[in-house]
Amino acid sequence: MFTKLLNWVDDRFPFTDTWERHLSKYPAPIGQNFWYLAGVLMVVVLVIQLISGIWLLMSYEATVEEAFASIQYIMRDVDYGWIIRYMHTTGSSMFFLLIYLHMFRGLLYGSYQKPRELLWILGWFTYIILVAEGFTGYVLPWGQMSFWAAQVIMSLFGSIPFIGEELLTWIRGDYMISGITLGRLFAFHVVLLPLALIAVVFVHIIALHEVGSNNPEGIDVKKHVDEDGVPLDTVPFFPYDVMKDIFAIGVFLIIFCFIIFFFPDGGGYLIEYVNYEEANNLITPEHIVPAWYYTPYYAMLRAITFPIGPLTAKFLGFVIMTAGMVIIAFVPWLDRSPVKSIRYKGMYSKLALCGLVVSFFVLGYLGMIRPNPLRTALAQVFTALYFAYFLLMPFYTKYEKCKTVPDRIKLQ
Amino acid sequence: MQPKPPSNPGRRKFLIAATSIVGAGAVIGAAIPFLAAFNPSERAKAAGAPAKVDISKLGKGEMMIVEWRGIPIYIIRHTEQSLLILNRNLSRLSDPNSEENQQPDYAKNPNRSIREDVVVLEAVCTHLSCAPKFYPESGTTNFDSDWQGGFFCPCHGSKFDLIGRVYSGVPAPTNLSIPPHYYESEHVLVIGEDGEIT
Repeated sequence: MFTKLLNWVDDRFPFTDTWERHLSKYPAPIGQNFWYLAGVLMVVVLVIQLISGIWLLMSYEATVEEAFASIQYIMRDVDYGWIIRYMHTTGSSMFFLLIYLHMFRGLLYGSYQKPRELLWILGWFTYIILVAEGFTGYVLPWGQMSFWAAQVIMSLFGSIPFIGEELLTWIRGDYMISGITLGRLFAFHVVLLPLALIAVVFVHIIALHEVGSNNPEGIDVKKHVDEDGVPLDTVPFFPYDVMKDIFAIGVFLIIFCFIIFFFPDGGGYLIEYVNYEEANNLITPEHIVPAWYYTPYYAMLRAITFPIGPLTAKFLGFVIMTAGMVIIAFVPWLDRSPVKSIRYKGMYSKLALCGLVVSFFVLGYLGMIRPNPLRTALAQVFTALYFAYFLLMPFYTKYEKCKTVPDRIKLQ
Repeated sequence: MQPKPPSNPGRRKFLIAATSIVGAGAVIGAAIPFLAAFNPSERAKAAGAPAKVDISKLGKGEMMIVEWRGIPIYIIRHTEQSLLILNRNLSRLSDPNSEENQQPDYAKNPNRSIREDVVVLEAVCTHLSCAPKFYPESGTTNFDSDWQGGFFCPCHGSKFDLIGRVYSGVPAPTNLSIPPHYYESEHVLVIGEDGEIT
């Protein structure tokens, strides 16, 4: 009966074929480690964000008068509204945590190298969409931090020479952040960006399944295949990867629930305390900081305090901040190394990657605290270090001595 | 079966080009309403009409905040003391003579104001648009050892003097803007419009 139905469907839609190709029989390389969990966990978080987001949307109102109050209404009057909102706020931080781990994994094992350049670019797009999604979503509760974060970030467009001021008014739809701005950010957050995100994630996964997953050794498993053309150093996704992933999802959800139940505002990092105060366009809070996942780039923005020629420091800061995100997309062409994985790369690559990680954390911290001359100088040094990883990559990957990559994956 | 090649490839090419151009024109035309809808609406423009303020209750050394186009506007009345010390820190300012076009011509004077004792400022930091905080007292503060009174931006540490002139070495590039304004009568200040030229 079931087989008959399946055959009927398969004659009209490649169901079994798709299922086997992308799920049950997808060949996953052996030896994938902890770093390979972030991807599947992000799919889980995406689902959490979509479902909790739809439920929040049922009670949220995107007007200046009602936005702040409707969040309080969700938190207090809607049955279990608080848990749905905490899922969404925790989910956004987790999304960024996971995508940074995922990107780091890519850098660590050279997952962007040929033939995975396009896969890397698609992943980069999901990151950029996520940045926009995070920013627009952050404004919606219409607290003080929402308002002033929107004011600061949108005013960056005002620094573009010649067209800045008009562009800024056009983006805001008003002379200051207002209900009009809120309305458009809301539309982007709930319709445009999620649609784009789902589309790009889908294409990212299709691209992954075309070129196959990388592994910590950076070995091309397609070189050795069995008589059916299946790479020897792989296992079918079901049940081997599925079991591992289900275990990981279980551990992840335990942490996720712990945060939701015991630590929902994350000490002011997941939900900032200033945002418990309603937006006031006349008073800036004492200390404004973006959400933690933007602070490395925010520190870069603040680090540029000097104008160059006719370009203002503000515009240059905007350019550097944007460049810090954009340059990531070019890594496949910056890396000239003959090997993929850091395990077989030379000392320079290891040092450079350490420098990147250190600068990312230091900038992230500096972006959270108040600036003073010493901290600004530090931010300048670490911004330079961040960019050095990327800009010097063509040289240090070319001139270092690499180890020989084995032919097959050996498990300990 | 393969379709036959077109008998007149030149005409085929021309038609493809012409259709593409017309199509592109249609896309541009269709984009106009979507792009224009992002402009400030009539309601936003109406809400941005000039604001009238009664400043009779503004005491010496005090500041009041009013709203014009949603932008916070600071109105400060100087004391004799603050007028005297206004030019003490000139060497630390980057544009002490208000050369940059950040004010209407009638406010391009040593006090950046129409009336000597009242100054009207847009409280939008010229760096990233936070509202700078008012620190009228002179002396040592936790952000400056020789403070002469003025504004300090909490976001990125920009400093301005009491009439909104920017200190050098801070992220803000220019002085605070002065909105168009005039006095309708002794006590009524209109913000958002230049007065009639007399």
